[in-house]
Amino acid sequence: MSEEATTVRRLGRVERLPTRRIVLTALSLGVGAAVAYGSYRTLTLPAGARYSGSAWRDFLVLGIAQGAVYALIALGYTLVYGILRMINFAHGEVFMAGAFGSFFFADAWKESGFLDRRPLLAVLLLVLIAMAVSVTVAVLLERIAYRPLRGAPRLVPLITAIGASLFLQNTFRGLFGAQTRGYPKPRVLEGTWSILGIPVQRVQVIVLVVAGVALIALTLVVARTKTGKAMRAAAQDQEIASLMGIDVDRVIVTTFVVGGMLAGIAGVLFALTFGNISYFMGFAPGITAFTAAVLGGIGSIAGAAVGGLIIGVLQSVGPALLLTGIHVPSPFQLKDVVTFLILILVLLFRPGGILGTGEAEKV
Amino acid sequence: MEDRRPVLELRGVFTHYGLVSVLRDVNVEIYPGEMVCLLGGNASGKTTTLKTILGYVTPSQGEVLLDGEVVSGLPTREIVRRGVSMVPENRRLFPDMTVLENLELGAYLRTDRRKVAEDLERVLELFPRVRERLKQKAGTLSGGEQQMVAMGRALMADPKVLLMDEPSMGLAPVLVEQVFEIIRTIRGLGRTVFVVEQNANMALSIADRGYVLQTGQIVLADTAENLLNNPLMREAYLGEL
Repeated sequence: MSEEATTVRRLGRVERLPTRRIVLTALSLGVGAAVAYGSYRTLTLPAGARYSGSAWRDFLVLGIAQGAVYALIALGYTLVYGILRMINFAHGEVFMAGAFGSFFFADAWKESGFLDRRPLLAVLLLVLIAMAVSVTVAVLLERIAYRPLRGAPRLVPLITAIGASLFLQNTFRGLFGAQTRGYPKPRVLEGTWSILGIPVQRVQVIVLVVAGVALIALTLVVARTKTGKAMRAAAQDQEIASLMGIDVDRVIVTTFVVGGMLAGIAGVLFALTFGNISYFMGFAPGITAFTAAVLGGIGSIAGAAVGGLIIGVLQSVGPALLLTGIHVPSPFQLKDVVTFLILILVLLFRPGGILGTGEAEKV
Repeated sequence: MEDRRPVLELRGVFTHYGLVSVLRDVNVEIYPGEMVCLLGGNASGKTTTLKTILGYVTPSQGEVLLDGEVVSGLPTREIVRRGVSMVPENRRLFPDMTVLENLELGAYLRTDRRKVAEDLERVLELFPRVRERLKQKAGTLSGGEQQMVAMGRALMADPKVLLMDEPSMGLAPVLVEQVFEIIRTIRGLGRTVFVVEQNANMALSIADRGYVLQTGQIVLADTAENLLNNPLMREAYLGEL
């Protein structure tokens, strides 16, 4: 009886076509062909219309710089996910709040000349102010929107996060207006510095240094300090963490604080790089950083950093490389298309991410 | 024994999950240096008893006392701070952290760093195999090694009472022997131990006293020797061995 059943099941498996495998293989071949074709066309454009080698190098440097900013934001998603198994979709607004908060000081200091007189101190203070604002918003979010829902089905806090995101966007729009504002930068940061013989935008140098320091600091805190160990323990097993005497509620708040700090830093760096801010500025970088976190393997700290850099580079190199050759007008308008394409491909081919478990996580 | 005060005491404890009553009038006393076991089948309330001691479950009636002070109603970490630690069922190490980090987390609430370092040394002397694995991720260890780390982690808290939840659960028979050997060693350190077990024979062979829990009530309480010879026990719990 049972033997018969096994035979039938085995036959069934042979007869059924591996549809999923076929579709995925066809898709990967298609994507590969499109990438190859686009790149080929771009690289074989007539000499006058082609990007020069130094242009590609600039794309790459810009990509790494914006990738570092994405990495900082992505860490906020990944840290919170690691401990609460929840995507904090309002994290983009935490980032926006930091940039916005520091804007008023940056603007005033530009007027008073402080920004140009003591640029290093001024930028440092702007970063600290942005961190404070972002941390405040992140902690309030946890306290008001997420904590009461702890233990609720996972869909509930997820929807709440989206609601909180809209709430924050509209609050900032209501309070400060819908217009885009220019974010001033110290005059010293105009132009380029030569790094290893390569001219690099000065702002990008600052971005890379600050982001690098923040990433190293975070890694050390998580790996070495008692707080970091408590965070990792709570992420792996909350019940046992509390059995060790760890105050899990406090660890969760700490996680939001750390995520907020990184988002605040990212806010200033982003505003300095692109020179403007608005109430809506958190949306695209937020989703992009979320994609970076998923690409790297959500929950993994190294994954968020790697994912951020990859997405940053693909966003800056990708459109030019793939689309210029087939004469798409203004390819850089399509950089978010690259992001979402990557998100879809990651979810299809490696849902656990590069450094993740390789398994799909249900959200 | 009458003149001594129990380290841990459950006094007329009742617990409910919603409307379902789990523990009914549970009374347990554990004296310093004793090894006591709590026996019972599935769903008899063994795990709930441990959860009640640790404050994960608050009794709806009755109280838990530690060193004569009422601790029921306090948060888990406060109860842990006052000297209760547990080796959880299925070991539950932090798999992505190193063995050393796991052991250090056991002493999370302690501030006496020198004493913690001494205790770490003592744990490693007790389990030499663990010393070789200190830098390894806990998830990569074998079941027996993980059990040692779990015991070590609980010992690192320097607890007044060490709780063990089903230490033999999910281990091969050879390992079960090994685990009980370890428990015997820990007992040799003069630790007060409260073991919850399904494997009644094994548990009674090393314990001083035992309680038998059945559908949330203590039905038998006696010395280990008497329980081993109790005809009721032989029939209900010891029969299959």
